[in-house]
Amino acid sequence: MTENIEKTGLPRLMLTSLRCWAATLAVCCVCYTAAILAIGQIFVPYTANGSLIKNENGEIIGSEMLAQKFEKPEYFHPRPSAVDYNAMGAAGSNLSPTSPSVRERAAGIIEKESTFTQERVPADMLTASGSGLDPHITVKAAVFQADRVAKARNLPAEEVKKLIEKHAVKTGGFFTPEPLVNVLVLNIALDKTGEKQ
Amino acid sequence: MSITFLILMIAAAVAISWPLGKMMTWAMEPAGNPGLFRRPFEKLLALIIGKAGENGQGWKSYLFSMLAFNAVMFVITYTIFLFQDKLPLNPAQIAGMEPSLAFNTAASFTANTNLQHYSGENGLSYFSQSFAIMWLQFVSAATGIAALAAMSRSLAGKKTAGNFFSDMMRASFLILLPVAFVSAALLVLGGTVMTFGGPVTAHTLEGAVQTIARGPVATFAAITQLGTNGGGFFGPNGTHAFSNPTFFTNIIQTLSLIAIPMASVWMFGRITGRLKHAGVIFAVMLLILVCNLAAAVHFEAEPTKALAGLNAEQSASGNLEGKELRFGGSAAPLWTILTTSSSNGSVNNMHDSLNPITGLTAMIGMWLNVVFGGVGVGVINMFVFIIIGVFVCGMMVGRTPEYMNKKIETPEMKLALLALLVHPFFILGGTALFAATPWGAETVANPGIHGFSEILYEFTSSAANNGSGFEGLGDNTAPWNIATGLVMLLGRFLPIIFCIAAAGMMSEKTAVPETSGTLHTDTPLFAVVLLGSVIFIGALLFMPVAALGPIAEYLTL
Repeated sequence: MTENIEKTGLPRLMLTSLRCWAATLAVCCVCYTAAILAIGQIFVPYTANGSLIKNENGEIIGSEMLAQKFEKPEYFHPRPSAVDYNAMGAAGSNLSPTSPSVRERAAGIIEKESTFTQERVPADMLTASGSGLDPHITVKAAVFQADRVAKARNLPAEEVKKLIEKHAVKTGGFFTPEPLVNVLVLNIALDKTGEKQ
Repeated sequence: MSITFLILMIAAAVAISWPLGKMMTWAMEPAGNPGLFRRPFEKLLALIIGKAGENGQGWKSYLFSMLAFNAVMFVITYTIFLFQDKLPLNPAQIAGMEPSLAFNTAASFTANTNLQHYSGENGLSYFSQSFAIMWLQFVSAATGIAALAAMSRSLAGKKTAGNFFSDMMRASFLILLPVAFVSAALLVLGGTVMTFGGPVTAHTLEGAVQTIARGPVATFAAITQLGTNGGGFFGPNGTHAFSNPTFFTNIIQTLSLIAIPMASVWMFGRITGRLKHAGVIFAVMLLILVCNLAAAVHFEAEPTKALAGLNAEQSASGNLEGKELRFGGSAAPLWTILTTSSSNGSVNNMHDSLNPITGLTAMIGMWLNVVFGGVGVGVINMFVFIIIGVFVCGMMVGRTPEYMNKKIETPEMKLALLALLVHPFFILGGTALFAATPWGAETVANPGIHGFSEILYEFTSSAANNGSGFEGLGDNTAPWNIATGLVMLLGRFLPIIFCIAAAGMMSEKTAVPETSGTLHTDTPLFAVVLLGSVIFIGALLFMPVAALGPIAEYLTL
């Protein structure tokens, strides 16, 4: 009827386990990985390789999908990052709403930004994202920064705001309440606007 | 908007679970007409497994094979982690793992937990990621499905529990692999990164240097979600845009993290031949899930208290600390509840930064550990509560309790209670030990009550084989690595052993005919009984510790 342990024996179980290891490894790891790798590299090489943006000289500027550090007034700033935009060690702040550090960080940002405008600072500019590399800010947050950017670049504020509108995306269509902008893409577009003039 | 989104997502998950449950049953129970594709597959399987796969196994033999295979899983991967610096596919030149961390990692992925005390981008080589971690994500999930199939067969009154090796291979090749393939293909086409190219250096617009970690992420992310594994390729898991780049990939991953746990209930119903009973179990699980979800969405829509009184505009946004903007508002609490209910443990937002009561709802999912639960094992855990429910009803009317036409007597009750008590024992005992000693007290990141919650969450997540964390905790220390490693292994295998044993012992009894006095387990009445056992036992076990942690924190706000 049933096989019992004595008849099977531990050595045979181990041997069988190793055979199963070889089979599952070959199919579920090697073949599966190779197939998906091929799909990615053939059909969507840009995103599969990390959405890397290059300049005219072919040097990599950054990834469209990851935030990078912007501090200068002439660029739009991304959300704060708990890891200083380190794309080799991404992380969130892991701070609780009861932690005083969140409040201190936010107060610091508000003070810095309030030299240009007295408006309320949008919350996404005050909170660190989960990965520390969130590529987006809300359109609200971009408009909030528009005066500063315009002044630093000697551009009319209207033109900067138009640029924001042009790059606004609704990532989830109907289901996302707020339009967003990709900070790196917007800043690259901003640099190009400057060149034209 | 967010309500529509949530309803559609839950409805989609339920809709997917039904055909998936059929497919899983087809995969695990080839009896009858094997069909054109199936016959050569079974022949090939017999060839690979050899003699050990020829016969059905009794429950003891089945368990023994399962433990032997899992021991092999552990040893192979532990060795790979230690020596990854000497193995190929290591473009970032990552060093071998420290032994206690390697122990924790091998235990974590063998136990289908995926608690991570390392960070993927700088702790593991591509070889370790693709051939050790990802392999375990397949076979540990397959072990869970196999264990459920074995328990279901015993409860159905079959003489053998099946054959572990055949079951494990069927679950890997016929369930996990095809679904993972579809999911990974959708993810990679949706923008998830998939490359063996190493890190690249970028010169940013402001002239700084940013080194960017990449890797074979899409394959990894797919099986991470499907097998209720949860370990991320990158440290911050599904928040990282290379792993979860868009609103669309977030939907794919959200659905796939609950699909197989839901379908497992239907598989249980089909193998035992009691689909209506499975419907009752499913309904109870869904009800708890929806209530927990509603609470999480409600409390997470509240703006973070940290910004109160500052010159900040946060009316519409809710708590944005630890969240990514591209997924939209309610995607974060939805994922949080699904991932903690299902013992998955991947995250698309940082749980440590959740509002206190949302953090509590996450812990509730893991404390109960039966709201769909891990692949296969969720139903195994629910079996304990079913037995208790049946027992309580039996006592009320003064009859020997029966389940699936078999009498439940002292030995089965003892096993069920042991399986029940393993979970709170490790959570409460571990938390008490680490909160009282420097082992835990010196590793917390947030001061005060939230620090206690961090320790509590870590043990909860380990015992529930979840793997998510309040990641502020400095948990890569020898005491944390060893303690949580042991808790994960024991929390995984003890309940499986106890439940398969109880079901096995029941299968050896003679069936008792149904009479008018028999408690029917496919009625709304039984749903109430089951719901009651889960809620009351859960509340009795964990309410005190909830009051010490998240509830106290909420009240201080």
